[in-house]
Parts: sequence; structure tokens; C-alpha cells
Amino acid sequence: MSRLQNRFAELKAENRAALVTFVTAGDPDYATSLSILKGLPEAGADVIELGMPFTDPMADGPAIQLANIRALAGKQGMHQTLQMVREFRAGNQSTPLVLMGYYNPIFVYGVERFISDAKEAGVDGLIVVDLPPEHNDELCEPAQSAGLDFIRLTTPTTDDDRLPTVLAGSSGFVYYVSVAGVTGAGAATLDHVEQAVARLRRHTDLPVCIGFGIRTPEHAAEVAKRAEGAVVGSALIDKIAEAKSPQQAIDGVLGLCRELAEGVRSARR
Amino acid sequence: MTSFRTGPDARGLFGRFGGQFVAETLMPLINSLAAEYEKAKSDPAFLEELAYFQRDYIGRASPLYFAERLSEHFGGAKIYLKREDLNHTGAHKINNCIGQILLAKRMGKQRIIAETGAGMHGVATATVAARFGMQCVVYMGTTDIDRQQANVFRMKLLGAEVIPVTAGTGTLKDAMNEALRDWVTNVHNTFYLIGTAAGPHPYPAMVRDFQSVIGNEVREQILAKEGRLPDSLVACIGGGSNAIGLFHPFLDDEGVQIVGVEAAGHGIDTGKHAASMAGGAPGVLHGNRTFLLQDDDGQITDAHSISAGLDYPGVGPEHAWLHEIKRVEYVPISDDEALDAFHHCCRLEGIIPALESAHALAEAFKRAPKLPRDHLMVINLSGRGDKDMQTVMHHMQDNQEKHA
Repeated sequence: MSRLQNRFAELKAENRAALVTFVTAGDPDYATSLSILKGLPEAGADVIELGMPFTDPMADGPAIQLANIRALAGKQGMHQTLQMVREFRAGNQSTPLVLMGYYNPIFVYGVERFISDAKEAGVDGLIVVDLPPEHNDELCEPAQSAGLDFIRLTTPTTDDDRLPTVLAGSSGFVYYVSVAGVTGAGAATLDHVEQAVARLRRHTDLPVCIGFGIRTPEHAAEVAKRAEGAVVGSALIDKIAEAKSPQQAIDGVLGLCRELAEGVRSARR
Repeated sequence: MTSFRTGPDARGLFGRFGGQFVAETLMPLINSLAAEYEKAKSDPAFLEELAYFQRDYIGRASPLYFAERLSEHFGGAKIYLKREDLNHTGAHKINNCIGQILLAKRMGKQRIIAETGAGMHGVATATVAARFGMQCVVYMGTTDIDRQQANVFRMKLLGAEVIPVTAGTGTLKDAMNEALRDWVTNVHNTFYLIGTAAGPHPYPAMVRDFQSVIGNEVREQILAKEGRLPDSLVACIGGGSNAIGLFHPFLDDEGVQIVGVEAAGHGIDTGKHAASMAGGAPGVLHGNRTFLLQDDDGQITDAHSISAGLDYPGVGPEHAWLHEIKRVEYVPISDDEALDAFHHCCRLEGIIPALESAHALAEAFKRAPKLPRDHLMVINLSGRGDKDMQTVMHHMQDNQEKHA
């Protein structure tokens, strides 16, 4: 059983949803980012998404754009990101970690080499924003053959005709982007989330995690009542942007993570 | 015979280039656009309307002008200029905008977004949006806004909202990122009118088809004037829409030599250039796989060209393919060489070319003297230089100061 399958099975047994957290690798610098990464599981993150920095994050809003710029200014490249995963994994064998980003840095690194190095570093899955199922042969299929999960984004524009195509290449969990928009944009209504989850469940048995626009413990709790996971990114990254020192960045992210985790854990009590 | 004109395949690929590398939110829309375009292409009503606007609104056909004085000056080849600068709005960009706005209308879209570098695509988009009564938002980098103020003003006169983009170097690449962000957010009512033969499928093929009116006219015009096809074609390449429009109808004509001219800026070796084929590598950006300026980590690097219209770190995927299979020869021309050609064209023909087109002229002027008198060379004069007055003026002042 993969780490992701294992984690969602445990959570199902506990009857609670996952808190999925997103931070960008190397933001604001390698050491601070690694401390944040190492602290997230203890602060209540059940699944970690780690962003691979890219100069042109076309589907991200200002918060994650700026996180990418900060990380790249510190020379965070693919090698450093994989090294960060290795260092994380040395102290944590149970928390699933998913790399998220855009295709070009992977393509340039070399798909085969990337899959093998990511696997060796302890990566469990991949989310590649600009790689739709139309290009499954590029990365999704070889990654899954090598035992990495490939997590698909589904969106309000992915209609019933298209959903099977998208889900055919999905494993680990399904990430439902609840608003048509960039990351950090406004949140969807809970009615919409409910309907979307019901629609997805007609097509797949995979856990459904909801992202985009979740910023508070209360909101995370409402989403956690309706889906298998709530994804929070921009709100955590804002804590890094606001921080005046590395320690403040670490405390800010982990503090908010604890509050969000409490929200998620209280949802079905 | 193998044809070079059958691409892209069903997945939008020209060889290994092209494709549809975009966020899932956009995929359903892109696929429906591709389907709608397929239908429109064979719909006589659509084609008739397109032909009407090409003729009565753009002013086509644009002349194929024999540049007698340039031909005499450089000796050798007989130089013809395809006068896209005489189109309504002053460049080839309008050819594509008319085509896409008619598609937007078919699809019931009411809001048009676009990105622009030099501003010519922005002006052309604002123009057709005004003509068809649609809301228009144009993203433009702040660097480009500074160097293309006249075009910014034109867009505003035409009723468009121009949104400055400060990210990155404030040029076309950054404007395209912002336009994609807008599109992802407003996908339900918005049509993204892409200005060059790049982006996700079906854009590269669609833009090429709308621009192919250039090459199709050249074919007829040169046959009428000279009784045979040209020996060579030369056009500048940023994303490459004017070039693919000229080249495509001739790709299967073995005897026609085809040359694309990239912007070498300060020189390929300096790293300050916009020549993605001469100085880049294959990668994936803005929805397609193509040649890109990038570092070893796959991070996109900044392009530089004196011409805002060529200042883009990528190139349309069909060009990437034509480069790889060597059907078209792609060469770099520096800022200084382009400026030199710009002045020659002004003084000898009374035509002020766009700085983009001046790159094509520079390469043609290098080749012409070495060619026989009966060599027929067609250069695409993709646009007029009114928009570049400020840039040229600054450059001339800088030079005077250097030499003072």
C-alpha cells in the first residue's frame, strides 16, 4: 500500500478528513523552508504538497507567484528540492509528500531521471498543473509504473463527459479545484463543494480533497465535513511573506497549521 | 511526396512540438474552441464573412511591391516587399484578430482578452473588439508600456482596458502569464485572443491559417508579376505569426528557400537576445512544447530585443519543428543590424518599417548582393514603424552621445 493510500485508510478509520498543506520548496530560503517542512506533520498536516519553484507559474495567484520568486532568488532548483525531500524523509517515514509544480523543470531535468530521483528521495506523488490527460504518456504513465501516484486536478469546468478521461490517470487522491481561477482566489460556496464531491463520487472511489480559497480553521472544518481532505496553500504562504525573520516564518506557518488541523479534526465530532 | 503542410496531428503536435500544456480548467474550453474552429473552417458563411472583412475592413489584398531602389542599392536579388504595413491598424496582426473575433462571436463570447508586446496585437484586438461591440482587456508589460506609449493610447481610444503587468521583466512573457491567469478565472465568458502562432493547440494552427492569407496572396501576386514562384522568402520571428503566414503556403515548394530571422539583441554570446532557436532549448511554456530561452534548471530566462514585438523567450511550435527538420533556415540578426536596415529602408524606399520587420530586411540585405539578378526574394514587411519612433530616436541620441 502506498503512503497516500495508507494515510487515507487511517483517516477513514478515524472518521476524519485530511489536512493537506502546500508550501513552496526553498521559500523564503532553504534552511527555513526545511524547518517548516519538518515541522508540518507535528503541527497537524496529514499530507504535504511541496511546490517545485518555477519562473512562470501561470495558474497561481500572487501569493504563490511571490513564493516562487523568493525561492528562485535563493537558487532553489530541482536538485535542492529533491535534497529537501531526502532530508525530510530521514526523519519522517509516514507522512505522504507530493511534489507540485509545472512541467518544464521536470522535462528539462529529464523525465526518467526525475522519476527515479524523486522515488529515491521519498516522494509519493506528483501534481503537475500544466500536464492534462491529453499528455498522459509524457509523465503520468511512467510515474505510475514506477510507483509514484499521479494526482489530477479536477475543476468546475471538467464536465461529466470529460471526468472519466481525467480520472483514468489519477491515483492517490483527486484534487478538486473548487473555483475556476488561480490559487488564492475566492472560495466556492459549500453547496457547490457538496455537489461537486457528490458528482466526483459517482465517478471514482479515490479520496476527494478540496482546494483553493480555504484560509481559516472554520472554513477548513466546513470542507472537512464534506470531503476527504482540505488543501491550504496561499494562507500558509502569506505567513512567510509577512514574517520579519526566519523564525517568525516558521512559527507563523506552523501556528496556522495547528489551528487548521484543529478545525479539520473538530469537523465530524 | 511528404507534405510539410499537414500538421498538426490530432493532439496538436508538429513532430514533438506543440501540444496542449495548460491547466485542467482551460482544457474543456480549448477543446471546444478546436471543435468550433474545425466547423468554421468548412462553413461557407464563416469563410464569406472572413473574406468580406479581409477585403473591406483590413484593405486586402496588400500589395507585393517591387523595391527597385533597395534592389539597385544592394545589387543581386530582385527584392519584393509584401506590404502588411498597409493593413488597417498597421501590421499583419489584424488578419488573425478578424478571424478569431468571428470565432468568438460564433461561440457567443462577450469578453475578449489579449496580451501584447509592441502593442500591435493589442491595437488590432482592441480594434476588432470595438467593431464587434465586445469588452476588451489587454495585458501589457510595464517595460513595453513605456516604450510603446502611442499604441497604449490607441488601445484606450478604441475602448480597451490596458492592464500593466509588473512581474518579471514587464514584457510579453509576463503579459501572457497574466492573460492566462485572467482566462482561468473568467473561462465561462471570455475568449483569449492569442496574437501569435504559439500557445496550446488549436492556437498555433488557427493563427497560422488566418495569417496564411499573406503567403497565398504572395503566390498569386508573384505569379502574376514574374510568372514563377519566388526563390526565397524572408520574415522575422518573434512568436512567428507573420512568418508562418508567409511560409506555410510555400512549404511544399522545394525550390523556395525559406529564411526566418530571430532577434539576436546584443548578440547570442552575450545572453541578451530573443533567439530561442539559435540560443535556446526545447521546453514547455504557455501551453506548448517549443524552443525556449531557459537555464539548466528549466527556469525561463529573460529575452532581450530592441523590438518589443520580438522580445519573447519562445517561438511558435511549427517553427520549432521546421527548424528541427531543417525545412526552414533560422538565423539571428542583432539590434544594430536591424537598425541599420531600418535606416536603409526609410531612405531608399520612403517606407518606415517596424523594427520587427527590420530584422528580416537586415538578413535579406546580407544575402541579396551575393545572389544573381534573376533571384526573386520576398521579404515580409510585417508592420509599419510609427510605433517605434521613440525607440529609434533614443537609440540615435545614445549613439550621438557615444560618438560626441
